[in-house]
Amino acid sequence: MTIKQLSVFLENKTGRINEVTRILAQHGVNLYAFSLAETADFGILRMIVSDVEVARKVLREANFAVRLTDVLCLNCANTPGALAEILDLLAREQVFIEYMYAFSEGETASVVIRPTDIEKGIATLNRADCPFVNFSTLRQQQK
Amino acid sequence: MIWNPTKECMSREQMRLLQGERLRKLVDRVYHNVPFYRHKMQERGLIPGDIATIDDIVKLPFTTKQDLRDNYPHGLFAVPMSEIVRIHASSGTTGKPTVVGYTRHDLTVWAEAIARCLMAFGTTREDIFTVAYGYGLFTGGLGLHYGVEHLGATVIPMSTGNTAKHIQLMHDCESTALACTPSYALYLAEQIAKSGIPREELRLRVCILGGEPWTENMRTEIESSLHVDAYNIYGLSEIMGPGVSYECECKSGSHIVEDHFYPEIISPDTLEPLPYGEQGELVFTTLTKEGIPLLRYRTKDLCSLIAEPCACGRTSVRMSRVMGRSDDMLIIRGVNVFPSQVESVVLELPEFEPHYRLVVDRVNNLDTLQVQVEVREAFYSDEVSQMMALKKRISDRLHSVLGIAADIKLMEPHSIERSEGKSQRVDDRRVLK
Repeated sequence: MTIKQLSVFLENKTGRINEVTRILAQHGVNLYAFSLAETADFGILRMIVSDVEVARKVLREANFAVRLTDVLCLNCANTPGALAEILDLLAREQVFIEYMYAFSEGETASVVIRPTDIEKGIATLNRADCPFVNFSTLRQQQK
Repeated sequence: MIWNPTKECMSREQMRLLQGERLRKLVDRVYHNVPFYRHKMQERGLIPGDIATIDDIVKLPFTTKQDLRDNYPHGLFAVPMSEIVRIHASSGTTGKPTVVGYTRHDLTVWAEAIARCLMAFGTTREDIFTVAYGYGLFTGGLGLHYGVEHLGATVIPMSTGNTAKHIQLMHDCESTALACTPSYALYLAEQIAKSGIPREELRLRVCILGGEPWTENMRTEIESSLHVDAYNIYGLSEIMGPGVSYECECKSGSHIVEDHFYPEIISPDTLEPLPYGEQGELVFTTLTKEGIPLLRYRTKDLCSLIAEPCACGRTSVRMSRVMGRSDDMLIIRGVNVFPSQVESVVLELPEFEPHYRLVVDRVNNLDTLQVQVEVREAFYSDEVSQMMALKKRISDRLHSVLGIAADIKLMEPHSIERSEGKSQRVDDRRVLK
């Protein structure tokens, strides 16, 4: 039901993000989605990648602080209102969302959600029959 | 004018006799009332009777800030707490502050010492003082405050912060004298210029500056931008607070209140006394202190002593400007900060690696302190709010230990240099011109 998200702590200085993407590229790791949370003096880069374990290993070797987090990844139609429907479900059940990001390709859109209570998030979305995405479907979609 | 000509202009010979007599009584007092000193003297095979004149002072043991810490909080007090009427505290070398206590007599001596300073600065009971040192545990605010009252002048207890209100009150109450740190005086000069209040509407004529090292160039800048006479006042809480020494109209070294505080200069390496004129570490013995009398307290301030008589008529020994420190203490916005204090906080918080770096700078005449720390890997979060909470945790703890706010910068793992032994953990970018 969940998918592993990789997050990396970054100091706010020029060139740090491309350092991360360059290292991942060198090791053949593909980025499916990412978002950057920024504050006045640091940033947190959150990524869904093709190979979490390799990515974690190579980034740690390069002295990055790396963390794996369970997040929910869902597919929905790439049409107006599709995301609103999902968010309505979560809101009705009082599922608080820490952060989320989304990407779309053709007719489908995928959305990554980090609820405070992940179990409750899964249960809520399951009841509504929302299609969760796992790594193999992600890989399929990317091809 | 001279507040106390009897003491301030005493012949050298008489002064040495008075100092010797006071030292004898002091040694007797600490030997019988402070176990720390009794043990130290016994280790050296000394009894109070061995101290006959001021020259015998070299037989006595030194006292350091570490000794105050080891005897925290009251172990070096020489009187019962019922005799103590006030407590002050300054930065300790680690999490614990250095606590000092004053008897009613100690406070009288303090006010007297400051009245001597104020008169040497050319102020009288006609003056209206704005005291912009911090009021509270720091000795600057309350020390100056009671000295001004003792002189019979008016005091506006402004304390620190709220510069706009400060300028307004100085203007509206026609303040003529200002006591603050030299860097704050420079900042205030800028803010007054920005406020649009014409300089001729301010009555300010004298600045009493201390709490941090400053230079002749800063004096020139303060005097020209504020149109004042600027004088140095020196002190430290362990000895008393501000008023241990002060400049006169000659502005050529600070006169030491020698009938209460006996100065020596030693080599910080060999601890041997150095002759007048040579630069070394300043050491004070509190000849008349009752609450927490200290023998040969090592200030760690580097300066020299001037024995030549001063043109102002005072006969007391003068000290040069403080040229630096023999330890790693920093003075930031007038507050003493030891890198070891930061270290103690980093070590006590499990979320952080035991490495840190301090970056000290001066921006628009105000000191800034940035503390760089690394979060331990297990404590990194993908959530901004969690990372901000970590930052706040160390920021609050540092503020409470240091007494000043620091800007915390969370660094990537291994980005702070790991060094063996005494490391370059401090980057002080301030240049005192």
